[in-house]
Amino acid sequence: MNSQEFAFLLVGLKWTVALSAVGFLCGGVAGLGVALLRTSGCSRMERVIAGYIGLFQGTPLLMQLFMVYYGLALLGIELDAWVAVAIAFTLHASAFLGDIWRGSIEAVPRGQSEAARALGLHYVPLMGKVVLPQALRISLPATVGFLVQLIKGTSLASIVGFAELTRAGNIIANQIFKPLLVFAIVGTLYFLICWPLSLYGSWLESRLTAPSR
Amino acid sequence: MNYTLDFAPVIEGMPDLLKGCLGTFFLTMSGMVIALAIGIGGVALRDSRIAPARWLVRSFVELIRNTPFLVQIYFVFFALPLIGLKLTPTPTAILALGLNGGAYAIEIIRGGVQAIPRGQIEAGLALGLHRAAVFRLVVLKPALRAVYPSLTAQFVMLLLTTSIASSIAAYELTSVAKLIENASFRSFEVYGTITLMYLVMSWMVMRLFRAIQLRWLSYPVK
Repeated sequence: MNSQEFAFLLVGLKWTVALSAVGFLCGGVAGLGVALLRTSGCSRMERVIAGYIGLFQGTPLLMQLFMVYYGLALLGIELDAWVAVAIAFTLHASAFLGDIWRGSIEAVPRGQSEAARALGLHYVPLMGKVVLPQALRISLPATVGFLVQLIKGTSLASIVGFAELTRAGNIIANQIFKPLLVFAIVGTLYFLICWPLSLYGSWLESRLTAPSR
Repeated sequence: MNYTLDFAPVIEGMPDLLKGCLGTFFLTMSGMVIALAIGIGGVALRDSRIAPARWLVRSFVELIRNTPFLVQIYFVFFALPLIGLKLTPTPTAILALGLNGGAYAIEIIRGGVQAIPRGQIEAGLALGLHRAAVFRLVVLKPALRAVYPSLTAQFVMLLLTTSIASSIAAYELTSVAKLIENASFRSFEVYGTITLMYLVMSWMVMRLFRAIQLRWLSYPVK
């Protein structure tokens, strides 16, 4: 493999990072909404949201990609492959992050929100100033864990033809007929991104479970 | 929107799709068996006194957990012929699924094993049980019981992951769907239908695990 081919892989890596970042950030914003609605106390709304989460957790990511990809085309919406894939990952991330954050919100002791309400705080400051900051701390290890999942998941975008790292690897492997070498390098590149994040996640977790007082 | 949904190809291909579901179940179950074996063996090795074995297990877990399954399955697919193993796509996929699931199983079961109090192991040894018997009865069974919910979630993930095996044309639901889609161009109808099938299958796997838990892993209440 020459430097030009390696550079092609790095361009793919750039798209992998971009897709993961967009999925994580947009999915994070939507996921916060999902988590808040899931814990809103309105039982009908909670059931609908639980169904939304269950739908994404009970179907393969590949199918979610296909459904958004072909579904948008079917609705007559002409979108770039990049936008369609980004929408799919945003929806996927919103469901998983929503569920992680729901768990963390519920893990904040009830007394906290009762105390806040007793002090006369309304929903917005109660959530923003009391519950969410504590929930964020609890949720961090799982959130980082999901980010690693998401980065690995973006490799599936190669199946619908989006030119990220795995797709770039496929193209190069077909060009130079050394699939093993190419996929070893592709795997290493993923590892170099994901491993530090995983280590950070387990460090956060050990800090969280260690007795703090 | 001037598109009319046409489910005729799906209905026509339904027997094939249902057979594909069986293929998916077969991949899941076989992968699960290998994953559990690797998981239990790996945990035993990880806590062993042989340093290289401990090191090997740790690297294996980190390597698998930090690379995408799609890249792993391609790697296994192209690596096996080089070591003289000529397997068809389906056994290749089972092997890749087993290795992938195994790494996660090691992590999960290890969590349960670490939660076993040291005194419990010492008590087992003091009662004259052999080391292997202590591992099996005093460590492994309570550990499996403790991590059972995480293990269930992981195996549902394994079921969903099998769809990626379609990339090397292993026999499972997504591959079958791909063939029908290629022949009919009804992508949305075909993939929509199998998405629902996956949903039902993951629900069934969850029920199955719940039944196993009630039957064999719940504490006797006599």
